[in-house]
Amino acid sequence: MRLFVNADECIGCETCLAACPYAAIVMKDDKAVILEVCQVCRSCISSCPVEAILVSGESMQEKQPDFDSYQGVMVFAEQRHGSLAQVAIELIGAGRHLADKLGVCLTAAIFGAGQAEAEELIKWGAEKVYLYDSPELKEFNDEPYTNLLSGLIREHKPEIVLAGATAVGRSFVPRVAARLSAGLTADCTSLDVDLQTRNFLQVRPAFGGNIMATILCPNRRPQIATVRPRVMKKGTYDPGRKGEIVLLKAPNYDSRTRVLESVKEASEAAVNLQEVDVIVSGGRGMGGPEGFKLVEQLAKLLGGGVGASRAAVEEGWTTYSHQVGQTGKTVCPKIYIACGISGAIQHAVGMQSSDVIIAINKNADAPIFNVASHRVVADAREILSALIRKL
Amino acid sequence: MKIIVCIKQVPDTSEVRINPETNTLIREGVPSIINPYDLHAIEAALQIKDQDPASTVTALTMGPPHAEVALRDAIALGVDDAALLTDRAFAGSDTWATAYALAKAAEKIGFDMIFCGKQAIDGDTAQVGPEMAEFLNIPHIAYVKKIEKIETGKITVHRLMDDGYDVLESSLPLLMTVVKELNTPRLPSIKGKMRAKKIEIRKWTRQDIGAEDSLTGLNGSPTRVSNIFAPVIKKERKTITGTPDEMAAQILDELKALHCIQPG
Ligand SMILES: Cc1cc2nc3c(=O)[nH]c(=O)nc-3n(C[C@H](O)[C@H](O)[C@H](O)COP(=O)(O)OP(=O)(O)OC[C@H]3O[C@@H](n4cnc5c(N)ncnc54)[C@H](O)[C@@H]3O)c2cc1C
Ligand SMILES: Nc1ncnc2c1ncn2[C@@H]1O[C@H](COP(=O)(O)O)[C@@H](O)[C@H]1O
Repeated sequence: MRLFVNADECIGCETCLAACPYAAIVMKDDKAVILEVCQVCRSCISSCPVEAILVSGESMQEKQPDFDSYQGVMVFAEQRHGSLAQVAIELIGAGRHLADKLGVCLTAAIFGAGQAEAEELIKWGAEKVYLYDSPELKEFNDEPYTNLLSGLIREHKPEIVLAGATAVGRSFVPRVAARLSAGLTADCTSLDVDLQTRNFLQVRPAFGGNIMATILCPNRRPQIATVRPRVMKKGTYDPGRKGEIVLLKAPNYDSRTRVLESVKEASEAAVNLQEVDVIVSGGRGMGGPEGFKLVEQLAKLLGGGVGASRAAVEEGWTTYSHQVGQTGKTVCPKIYIACGISGAIQHAVGMQSSDVIIAINKNADAPIFNVASHRVVADAREILSALIRKL
Repeated sequence: MKIIVCIKQVPDTSEVRINPETNTLIREGVPSIINPYDLHAIEAALQIKDQDPASTVTALTMGPPHAEVALRDAIALGVDDAALLTDRAFAGSDTWATAYALAKAAEKIGFDMIFCGKQAIDGDTAQVGPEMAEFLNIPHIAYVKKIEKIETGKITVHRLMDDGYDVLESSLPLLMTVVKELNTPRLPSIKGKMRAKKIEIRKWTRQDIGAEDSLTGLNGSPTRVSNIFAPVIKKERKTITGTPDEMAAQILDELKALHCIQPG
């Protein structure tokens, strides 16, 4: 293992020279250079204002030197348009469970929200909340989010970090993992810890949902996982619970990308399929645009969202934003009503973890019945019409 | 504009089956394809080249020697040249080590823009693109669904969010991961197919791209797959029968029991 200076990044400020207790850094052509006498104490790394000092040669197969100093569970709590994402609350539930099992503290990090949201996180189970309340952080921006979360992890050294597998989490958390040389497991569906090794057991689907894999990160800390919305259960809400809120300000929130506008889609498609309790979903078996209208009507009557198979989207009966499956959305509502959908694996992977799946298909051998909890062998149009009449 | 497109050769997961006895993937006879999202990444790069013919588009992949086929398919679509990272040293790479190797290769090629697919259909992680951007110390925008305009040194794009979209402006160089709505991939041309047959594809080893041994392949992978199993469906199954009207009534009862609708 050795340290080296990324010459492209080095601004020649000489701060690291003063930080090095071994006088192992010299200037050459206005750039810092680290000499052989370096003891890899890493003092220079944190002193560098532009993060130009990097570690190399440290194989991930070897235990990270400060492995044992990592302790605790940290949840990145996402807000969008000023309110807490449901997935943040779900992750507090999951994080609480893991922290209790490990006998450690549960902290949360939230950016661009206020005291009220931080207090909610405590009532849901967090012991400590790091709050960056700057309005500049309201809009999601990868670079400041990466800097802040990496900074919090470096400082507080949690052994486990959880984030939502949302558009936000899936975009910036990989950067955090890359920066920290940490393991990252995407879209976990179940989480546990091995108390002996303190390894985080992360289960996720792979190969389009055909198999499940348990992923470990034995030599590096933290262990970071993203989890899709609706996969974890919320914990208990206790309005009396007390905790600590640490209000923080960063020196700057600069970024090379800038959000010019954030558009919340106002159409019905915008009913966020990942947040609703009920989804009525239609496939090619609805037979045509009029058939598909029945799906929309029922969804409306049940106060739910409209889903679709790719076939229904390709027929033009609805738009892509409704597509559920491998190339569409992954949803996990309480109730998923699949109407005239064959249940091809690419569709099933997007909905099979729903709590209750009511499948209506006139073919008794349709694969959708393999994932369904309620089996209805019938003409979906007749059943939907009857349901609509009764509601 | 100098553009790199990262493509991955993947098994067509719609053809993957599980052996119910051994719980292993049956991969025999499963065709290899270019990751579907990466076709949209290629198309995005080619459309920029259509506007500005001075641009060059390089396809980059890391994989076994056989991944060359995917690069030739990309050439047939109109990509200018291609590089294949192939070396035993890359074996066992997780997303961290993959992104590290791809970043090293991208540095060697040089770029103003890098396109990746939103995710690969075998791993489904969507991590490689953003991780690569971090290693290159350039910004990235994930889930790009529209490229609004490209000006000198900057670009304006729409990024798909869970509840709508964001309009962002970024400086270049930039890495973008793209979603299907961005475009419709073109088909290969006859001329392209001819070129694809003849072209020499650069093959690079770990040393060629100056990647550290300790950060490559299994050595550079923080994560480990500990076991693989078939998904279990633990749902208790209920069959609903009767006339359509009776079945609808039973479904309503179920919905009421689940507090999905108010009783009465
Ligand atoms: C790479 C890749 C990615 C894909 N991604 C997705 C994805 O994200 N989402 C997705 O959905 N698909 C996806 N697909 C497509 C998928 O393989 C299927 O083709 C698709 O899901 C089929 O849609 P369907 O079930 O509506 O249509 P069909 O397969 O045509 O099935 C229609 C069903 O309706 C039944 N039916 C017919 N009439 C009636 C009636 N009157 N009442 C009741 N039942 C009736 C039939 O018995 C049949 O089971 C993908 C494919 C590939 C190759
Ligand atoms: N081995 C690879 N070679 C080239 N590009 C890759 C490779 N793995 C992943 N990518 C790129 O990264 C994207 C996301 O992949 P993943 O993170 O595996 O879901 C893909 O769509 C590709 O553009």
